Amino acid sequence: MALTRNSSPHAHGPRSTQWVMQQVLIATVPGLIVLTSFFGIGTIINILIASITAIGCEAAVLKLRQRPIGFYLRDYSALVTAVLLGLALPPLAPWWLAVTGTAFAIIIAKHLYGGMGFNPFNPAMIGYVVLLISFPLQMSAWLAPSGLVIDGTVAATPGLRDALQIVFAGNAIDGFTAATPLDAFKHNSGLLVENFYQQTPQFNQGRWAGFGWEWVNIAFLLGGCYLLGRKVFTWHAPVGMLGGLTLMALFNYDGGSSASNGSIIFHLLSGATMFGAFFIVTDPVTSATSNRGRLIYGALIGVILFLIRSWGNYPDALAFGVLLMNFAAPFIDYYTPPRTYGHGKSGTIIHRSKED
Amino acid sequence: MSKIWDIHGGIHPAEHKALSLGGPIRTVPLPPTLILPLSQHIGAPAYPVVGVGDKVLKGQLIAAAKGFVSAPVHAPSSGVISAIEEQTVPHVSGMKAPCIVIQTDGNDSWIEHSANPDYRQKTAAELVALIGDAGITGLGGAGFPSAVKLQPRQPINTLIINATECEPYITADDQLIRERAADILIGIDILAHILGRPERILIGIEDNKPEAQQALASALKNSGNTDNAGAIEVVEFPTKYPSGGEKQLIQILTGEELPSGKLPAELGIVCQNIGTTHAIYRAICHGEALISRLTTVTGQACGKPGNFEVLIGTPVAHLLKEAEFDAQRCPKLIMGGPMMGFALPDTSVPIIKSSNCLLATTAEESPPPPPAQACIRCGHCAEVCPASLLPQQLYWHAQSKNYERLEAHHLADCIECGACSYVCPSSIPLVQYYRAAKGEIRLIAEEKRQSDRARARFEHHQARVEQEEKDKAAKREARKLAAEAAKAKREAEAEIAAANPQAALDASPSAGANDSGELDIVQAALARVAAKKASPEDQRKRFERAIETTAARLQKAQQVLAAMASDDSAEQQIKRDQQRASVEQARLRHQEAKNKLAAIETDQAANGPGDIAAKPATTNTASADPGLDRAAAAIARAQKNAAEQASMSPQQKLQKQRDALEKRLGKAQTRLAQAESEGSEQVEAFNHAVATLSEKLKAADLELASGSQDSGPAKVQTHTTEDSN
Amino acid sequence: MTELSSLELLLTAVLALVALATVFGVILGYAAVTFKVEGNPLVAQIDALLPQTQCGNCGYPGCKPYAQAIVDGEEINKCPPGGQATIDALASLLDVPAPELDAEHGEEAEVKSVAYIREDECIGCTKCIQACPVDAILGAAKLMHTVIADECTGCDLCVEPCPVDCIDMLEIPQTLADWHWQTPLPPAERFARANSDSNIIATDRAA
Repeated sequence: MALTRNSSPHAHGPRSTQWVMQQVLIATVPGLIVLTSFFGIGTIINILIASITAIGCEAAVLKLRQRPIGFYLRDYSALVTAVLLGLALPPLAPWWLAVTGTAFAIIIAKHLYGGMGFNPFNPAMIGYVVLLISFPLQMSAWLAPSGLVIDGTVAATPGLRDALQIVFAGNAIDGFTAATPLDAFKHNSGLLVENFYQQTPQFNQGRWAGFGWEWVNIAFLLGGCYLLGRKVFTWHAPVGMLGGLTLMALFNYDGGSSASNGSIIFHLLSGATMFGAFFIVTDPVTSATSNRGRLIYGALIGVILFLIRSWGNYPDALAFGVLLMNFAAPFIDYYTPPRTYGHGKSGTIIHRSKED
Repeated sequence: MSKIWDIHGGIHPAEHKALSLGGPIRTVPLPPTLILPLSQHIGAPAYPVVGVGDKVLKGQLIAAAKGFVSAPVHAPSSGVISAIEEQTVPHVSGMKAPCIVIQTDGNDSWIEHSANPDYRQKTAAELVALIGDAGITGLGGAGFPSAVKLQPRQPINTLIINATECEPYITADDQLIRERAADILIGIDILAHILGRPERILIGIEDNKPEAQQALASALKNSGNTDNAGAIEVVEFPTKYPSGGEKQLIQILTGEELPSGKLPAELGIVCQNIGTTHAIYRAICHGEALISRLTTVTGQACGKPGNFEVLIGTPVAHLLKEAEFDAQRCPKLIMGGPMMGFALPDTSVPIIKSSNCLLATTAEESPPPPPAQACIRCGHCAEVCPASLLPQQLYWHAQSKNYERLEAHHLADCIECGACSYVCPSSIPLVQYYRAAKGEIRLIAEEKRQSDRARARFEHHQARVEQEEKDKAAKREARKLAAEAAKAKREAEAEIAAANPQAALDASPSAGANDSGELDIVQAALARVAAKKASPEDQRKRFERAIETTAARLQKAQQVLAAMASDDSAEQQIKRDQQRASVEQARLRHQEAKNKLAAIETDQAANGPGDIAAKPATTNTASADPGLDRAAAAIARAQKNAAEQASMSPQQKLQKQRDALEKRLGKAQTRLAQAESEGSEQVEAFNHAVATLSEKLKAADLELASGSQDSGPAKVQTHTTEDSN
Repeated sequence: MTELSSLELLLTAVLALVALATVFGVILGYAAVTFKVEGNPLVAQIDALLPQTQCGNCGYPGCKPYAQAIVDGEEINKCPPGGQATIDALASLLDVPAPELDAEHGEEAEVKSVAYIREDECIGCTKCIQACPVDAILGAAKLMHTVIADECTGCDLCVEPCPVDCIDMLEIPQTLADWHWQTPLPPAERFARANSDSNIIATDRAA
């Protein structure tokens, strides 16, 4: 009788990496629905282009690396990167934007560092930043959310045919774009926040933090809560980030002066806040390891996010915040090991060899 | 209800406990053979005290404990020792280890043994000795000798009885409690007596065993004779794996963490498995050594799973038959639970003292592990780790074999419970990484220890050799000085004698009286030196003399032999043989002397006398440091060999080895001849050496032949290519 | 006037730089003296990493002389008993790239061995005793010798001198006590093996 032998445990829990990735994909659905309802078919086109590119690139690189292609494609990690990047790109961006970003994310940011699990930086955010720096014009052309009334005209999103023409044929998008609330807020010149809100359509038609965008954020928050409920990740990193952002907004809130940096609710429900908190900051590969480390990691992303939003050149700064903290993650890990059973207070792990 | 604490992490794998809880404890028919490994416990293996062919009785000591941390082994049934040999043992490595094999005789007759139901009259030391002599080890899985645990240096205030049994599938303890709660309570009372009546006695049990709890509670109520029954408390806590780990159970029941590297006794706690408690009851109150235990046989591949009272040493196959094991459906047979057990190499291995479960799972029940994917650093492993380690960091460092970082991350505190591997979504065999790293760290420490010893020994050796050389040099120097002084003195005396013979005559006795001893030595040494440095002429004369004498001897011997040849009696024959040998010897000596003479003559002819005079001097300087010299020579040889070997093909290597052997054989043969000619006592030894060497040579030849056959075509190939070129 | 001022500027700059250089020079000089790290006994550190078989395969009469030679610039890949592990350790200590083992000095043995004297054949010549660098052979002239197995480093320097060839190098068999799990194959090797052994990767199994 041939009995197989391997090290214990001989039982395995029900979870697999595929399952985790599937959960993340499922959790993006509410956000995707809200995005589509406000900005039209563009996001879905983005996601489709990015997904096809990602799977193609992944397969090609795996082939080059002589790895089993089917086995690795089935972990869905490339798909998750593509979907996250697709969600982050402006709807109706030209097709090559999604292709370039995704290819860069998969080939350079992921596989050149050794593939899944070895990448020090979040691939989706690398792709995003590459596009943001290389193609600032295309990257800042966000559509006006449908239903937003600007100067008496009700904004509408282009239909499927128009959308495809814009994306693939390069038709002009100008008629459909508008400043995002963050953009608009950044260019507030000299008005009290109250007055500014009243005068700006993005805000006077919104409930808390800008028409459309507040719902996008709430939808991503919902998706994030789903993931928390399925215990895909712990609460530490998202709460850290939202907490860091909140605290920064709180300390810098001046009651709505003309030089205001924005209220807490404005920051929490604007731009990529919730998307970042639950889908980017929680990426386990590139974040800190321990729970304490993740809390610090998240909080510092929140702080950087606020700093750049308020005083930097870019209206939103999730990608920069995440990448900067990706740098710092090993450092945070170094100083935040958990206290092991039977040991005194946790401290840093002392260097004992010189090659470290 | 006393307070309970939570432990960090933990998992809730499917329990599958109902599978084996269908009926009462079942017995197993006596197996025809019992295999008893000498090492069934942690610590030094026991050593056999019986021989092959001995008849043994049930409960008889067959292997005694060696050292403090060790446990004896007893015959589980009566029969005959059929072998003491290496057998495959139930160990994760699947390796063989020394075992005693008993052919049972079917009588199952007990050795005389004495019960001690009045254990309260005995001292703790006496009881501990009884427990140690009964060979009781922890029955929960680790197998630590119980007697060692019961001799704490610190006062004990808490006795914890581990009835947790947190691994899935296993129900042996559950069943034991259900049926023998009263006995267990007596066992606990014995422990309490030994430990000086600790303040608290806590029986820790998970909330998935309500029947067992009920049984304990009612036994507690009924136990009128145990006056500390009030102190015994059954503590129920939520089911979670691995609550049954000693460290974890201590934390759950007392809220205290066992400091790393410390024993529970240092916190005033002693922890015993409930099965062990029962075994202690049997040992004290019935005088029975540990020869049987309760083992769960379960899994979907068993037709009738259940709990069996099984003799230690019963082959697994025999036990599985009772549970209607279906080998066709079972790809993996596990001893122990699914979380910490190990897969058995085959079913011939025996049940040992720590075998709490045999798990025969089907492929569907416990599928083979999927191929490991990359770690995505999800951190689930850290969330479930009961020791609050960072399993993924350990994994990275184990992969890169960075042992220092592993130690800094407290790898040693890993209890190998397997929770991290269980939850890992990428199915990385984390525990195997940790086990390998732990083993490697242990090995490195051992090697370090050995190399430190070797270094110290080498340094002492060097120092000694140096000292010897120094002493020799000092002696040489002293001799030289003395010789010079003596010479100077003689010259002075000669001068004085020449000037004044009378005075010299007067003076010399007194000088002689003073220095005669020293002078004698010096003169003797001078004489030796002179003999050594004898001029070539002297040497030639000496050898010529030698030739003459040997020739004479040879002649004489031959004459004697010739005289003997006429008589044919047996006695004479022997004598003749001897004589022949001496003739041969004489002839050899003669020949040798001749050779030497010839050598000297040629030397002289070739080099002239000056060189010969120089020769001893050079040899002297070269061997000034014989120790180092030898080492250097050996090193040079070794190096040369290594260099040559490295550049050679296997075929050439073989050839080379063969040549070396041939050379050594040649050397040995000359030595033998020499020894024979000298009639040395070592002829026998040299003879043997020649024989072994020629055997080796033959073997090498054979190997070479087979090797050349193998490489034949290759050679041909080379030739043809050369030809075509 | 402008010339003067530019000269002044130049002078100021030069003076400032000189002043800075002086100040920093003093600080650095002070630090160099005050915080001087005592030179590590590098020879001892290297010696600690060597396997202490004292076999001389490296060409030096023992491990310490080789350690000294390494400090003096000798290659670090001449120790077959230590093998690649020792080379790696030395490379990491000396902060140099780890070379392959120099085959000229022998090959790394996979299993350690000890010398064993077939005692009934020993003639008591003491040659092996003199050859043993760690005094691990016991015996006296004309009396049987034996190896203290625990102290033997397996250098095999005693095999050659034996006149009756009664010394064998026996491999130390693995026992339960020193068995341990092997590290699972790293992913790259798993895939390399996947081509030959199709049971390792799930996807290959289907194929």
